[in-house]
Amino acid sequence: MNENKKTGNKFTKWFGRTSDTNLLLTITIVVFFLMYIGAIVFQGQGFLKPQTFFNILNANAALIITSVGLSIVMICGGIDISVGGVVALVSMSCAVYLDFHNGSILGAIGIALAIGLVFGMVQGFLVAYLDIQPFIVTLAGMFFARGMTTIVHTAPFNVENEAFVQLKDTRVIVPGFGSYNKLGNYVNAYVEIGVIVAVLVVITFFIILRWTKLGRSFYAVGGNAQSALMLGINVKRTRFLSHLICGVLAGIAGFVYFMHVGSGSASHASGMEMNAIASSIIGGTMLTGGVGNIIGTFFGVLSLSTIQNIVSSAGLDQAWWTGITIAAMLCIFLVVQSVVIANKKKMLTK
Amino acid sequence: MASTKTKKFTFNKQLLIPLAAIVALALFNLVVDPSFFKVTLGTNSAGNPVLSGYLITILDYGSELAILAIGMTLVTAASGGQDISVGATIAIAGSVILKVLCGNNSRPETLQAPIIVAFLVACVVAMLFGAFNGILVAYFKIQPMVATLILFTAGRSIAAWINNNELPIISEPSFGYFGGYIPGIPIPTPFFIALVCVIVIMLVLKFTTLGLYTQSVGINGSSSRLNGINPQFIKFLTFVILGLCVAVAGLIKVSRLSTINYSVIAKDIEMDAILAVALGGNALSGGKFNMTASILGAYVIQFLTTTLYKMNVNSEALSAYKAVVVIVLVVLSTPVVRKELSKLFAKKSSKQAVKEVA
Amino acid sequence: MKDKAVLELHNIYKTFPGVKALQNVDFTLCEGEIHALMGENGAGKSTLIKVITGVYEKEEGTIYLKGVEGEAHIHSPQDAQNLGISTVYQEITLCPNLTVAENMFIGRTKGGITNWKKMNEDTDKILKSLDIPAKATQQLATCSLAVQQMVAIARAVDMECKVLILDEPTSSLDDSEVRKLFGLMRDLKSKGVGIVFVTHFLDQVYEVCDKITVLRDGKLVGEYEIKDLPRVQLVSKMLGKELDDLSDIKEDSGEYEEGDTGVPVFEAEQLQSDAGIKPFDFFIRKGEVNGFTGLLGSGRSECVRAIFGADRVINGKVKKNGKEVKISKPLDAMKQGIAYLPEDRKVDGIVGDLSVRENIILAAQVLRGFFKPFSKAETYKLADEYIKLLDIKTASADTPIKSLSGGNQQKVILARWLLMHPEYLILDEPTRGIDVGTKIDIQKLVLKLASEGMSITFISSETDEMLRTCSRLVVMRDRKVVGELKGDELTQSGIMKTIAGVKSEDTKAQKQEVEEGGESVG
Repeated sequence: MNENKKTGNKFTKWFGRTSDTNLLLTITIVVFFLMYIGAIVFQGQGFLKPQTFFNILNANAALIITSVGLSIVMICGGIDISVGGVVALVSMSCAVYLDFHNGSILGAIGIALAIGLVFGMVQGFLVAYLDIQPFIVTLAGMFFARGMTTIVHTAPFNVENEAFVQLKDTRVIVPGFGSYNKLGNYVNAYVEIGVIVAVLVVITFFIILRWTKLGRSFYAVGGNAQSALMLGINVKRTRFLSHLICGVLAGIAGFVYFMHVGSGSASHASGMEMNAIASSIIGGTMLTGGVGNIIGTFFGVLSLSTIQNIVSSAGLDQAWWTGITIAAMLCIFLVVQSVVIANKKKMLTK
Repeated sequence: MASTKTKKFTFNKQLLIPLAAIVALALFNLVVDPSFFKVTLGTNSAGNPVLSGYLITILDYGSELAILAIGMTLVTAASGGQDISVGATIAIAGSVILKVLCGNNSRPETLQAPIIVAFLVACVVAMLFGAFNGILVAYFKIQPMVATLILFTAGRSIAAWINNNELPIISEPSFGYFGGYIPGIPIPTPFFIALVCVIVIMLVLKFTTLGLYTQSVGINGSSSRLNGINPQFIKFLTFVILGLCVAVAGLIKVSRLSTINYSVIAKDIEMDAILAVALGGNALSGGKFNMTASILGAYVIQFLTTTLYKMNVNSEALSAYKAVVVIVLVVLSTPVVRKELSKLFAKKSSKQAVKEVA
Repeated sequence: MKDKAVLELHNIYKTFPGVKALQNVDFTLCEGEIHALMGENGAGKSTLIKVITGVYEKEEGTIYLKGVEGEAHIHSPQDAQNLGISTVYQEITLCPNLTVAENMFIGRTKGGITNWKKMNEDTDKILKSLDIPAKATQQLATCSLAVQQMVAIARAVDMECKVLILDEPTSSLDDSEVRKLFGLMRDLKSKGVGIVFVTHFLDQVYEVCDKITVLRDGKLVGEYEIKDLPRVQLVSKMLGKELDDLSDIKEDSGEYEEGDTGVPVFEAEQLQSDAGIKPFDFFIRKGEVNGFTGLLGSGRSECVRAIFGADRVINGKVKKNGKEVKISKPLDAMKQGIAYLPEDRKVDGIVGDLSVRENIILAAQVLRGFFKPFSKAETYKLADEYIKLLDIKTASADTPIKSLSGGNQQKVILARWLLMHPEYLILDEPTRGIDVGTKIDIQKLVLKLASEGMSITFISSETDEMLRTCSRLVVMRDRKVVGELKGDELTQSGIMKTIAGVKSEDTKAQKQEVEEGGESVG
């Protein structure tokens, strides 16, 4: 009967006993390393340089932050597809504020946080307290944000505010990873400020999700909301907070994105919500809720961008091919997730 | 509990919602600028008589929505969710049509195949993609909005890939009839296409049990199963039907320009389609539906869009306004809000009763 | 308060619109006691539990708790928990994606930071002390259902409850898992916890309980020591029939044939579904009315559902007129002429938003096929015919069925299946929630249809209904067929004895049997 158990295979034992979260995380990290190695093997030179890796971080700092927010909402059992729109709205609003209203950096940061907070609060309220499906609420939120972006200002433009440009161009040196360029000079490896923010966000929320009551209640509500209620958790408040955090993080990501691109435009962050969802799923967050972790999401973003890098350096038309590959990865991971979890259950019950 | 009124008319109360919206919009335009309603007969570049005016625009573009609303209503009714990939699959359908007609040459002198063949191929392809969504929803039990997210993400990329990222242009004039005007007929062709689709679906609803089964499955899947219905298959079928509607809409769309723009074509049309169903008074959570109301709802949405255009709201900002409308509609239909509202009305009517008695 | 009592309820009243759920009910639970709470549908069991756990507020009566001065005021589940009353429900109310330790402590820790080390250590301690085979760091989903149930109990116990309420904890457990659970319960008993055990399973009650309280129709029938209440008497008290009442004469309403001969029209051989019943054999003849009887939860519905293909069949076969037929889904059964009126009309029967007329024609329509819809005129005609036939009270044929009263909804569902003109009609609790007059009408209808050649299975919790209409009864207990009664055996006492599993008529001998049995379990 219990043949699997009888074979005493250590791997099977470990497989059966690890939690869903850890299992999926392992898969994610393995996949990422395989991909990166694959990239080095097939695309060679470029990928061996540490700066390539840091550039991936530079280009995706905002995505990392939104993905963290999205993972939290998904762990809690919901979803938020407005984040791309919020990022675009934040970029445009800050751009307008800095250039047309002579604003300060701090003021711009304040605007970014405020926008994120408002979206988070309104969406959170509609989902948690009025019981409206998160997809509809955040779909409307996405359209609203994108629409507002053009209402704030129609044409795209580059920001010329001096203080801001300085901030944008700041390079944070990462000691020890430098390399020699073509002229034989030693060039330090660097990351942008946004990356520091992203790393801080990842660490902070990793801690919150693992060691705080609030963090654990996200998992409980996402795992079984009815049970969580019976166990004494305030389900409505937990859901509300998950959307609130996602909104605020979208605001922060908006400013980080703004720092990276230095401009405001209605087409910024197009599709970022889908990338964030895909990253989370690849990172081991399950759509059904209750399973997921921040480190996995971080690797999910890296995996996604590695693919984009491979695609572009292979000379394929980036815009179209990335869309297809992301959707394909998403599909594969969704299927793998359900198969893995289903098999785990089978191994246990008989 | 049971009312004592007997129903003499078969007029469905649900139709009142879109009709009321039409009246409201009409009044609004009447007040702001009556020239909205002007329709002029002129001639187009080919020398044929055409009608033009805002009302014609509504008929023209609203018809695309009406066709989509047919499929979306069925999907919503059976699975209680919406399909957000319709815009992307229209791009695919359009791309397929162009590929069949142009072959490998992006500026062909003559069509490589009859238009009807291209259309049929597009139908098959679109229905296959509909089946993909249908399988995810019906058999893997994934939420419709989430399942259709995959095509939403990949659809336009697939569409571009079909034509190797080129933008084929068709110079054969008869191709432009579908999205434009047939020579000698001043009313835009999409309207007639929609008419045909509406007639077809009405016939299907009358001569098959599709309507009954769809509603039954959407209201109570368990009871439906115990009556011998196969709920998974019905859900799957609704997605395939939506695929067919997408193919028709795709033909109209590429015919308008005789070419395609992969990222722009049918952009945000899913929002409009969902709104059409909702504005028709159909519950977005599934169950009973009224097809006529949805179709009316489609034209109402177009009416709204055109009104906003006339007021110089740009197309991007438009979505912001529509988003607000969606939220208001959905909030009003939540049980919590409905309870509060009915309490308010109860108070008012009891106050009235008291007045009458006193 | 009585000596050693941890919980006392006196004169509890609770009414809902139109229903007197509890009338003057008393209940006493003592320290270190496992106390069974039993009763059929509508007896008031779950209402009583909800009053104790603060989900409902009683209208009248008093609740006393050990250690609480004066009356205990329980206005919410939180209150109940704070007062030391813990409940473990039938559905496992834990989060399967969290670890055992987390499930143990979530929702009741103070402070915002989670101390994993301490939580795991504390959990391991508790698990060890209660002999639960699980590790604190294990994900709950990786534990078997029985262990999950035990973790839920461990959590309840760790909250230092005085009263532990177990609401049908064994419904989804297999035999070995039930043994484990009972071990845990006895352990808690020895530690002084008072346990309320709500269940349908007779055997389990006699295995592990000390006392039984029986409710019926919202009233207290009595509280008994296990050793003083032989099974037959328990069954009789639950069903409300006296053992000596042998004067149940079948009302000879209408002529119906004693179908003792003839080839069975439908048979089932070792049929088993995934719903948890043991494989069973079954047959029914043309024009025969048979019934399935047994206490609630004994598996009656599951048997007929297996025949109809409503649950997934994993073993066995069904035969029609001697030839095997494949029934893997309801449509197959319907094509063979089998109709099924489900027990839970709200979940499985009515299609709420559709009109009365649409509900009536539904099954017949599915049989006709996708491309042959009834015309609207036809549906009105058919609906009107059955509205008249069954005297369905509705404003019109177009009223949504959900706005009809329960009894009328039931009649609509009945009309639906009659419209199909089935060869074999299965009625699962057709008279539940219906007024007396209509109940009799339905029973008369059953006999009339049988006399016209229809085979009917009639399941009802009210045994006199079945005695009046059935010529054969299949008796079930704890998900197994335990007997069949026909002819002279069809009496109340016959039913009760078969359910209780007792063969002899001598009640004194039964008492001895139970006593000896009780001692060996100890």
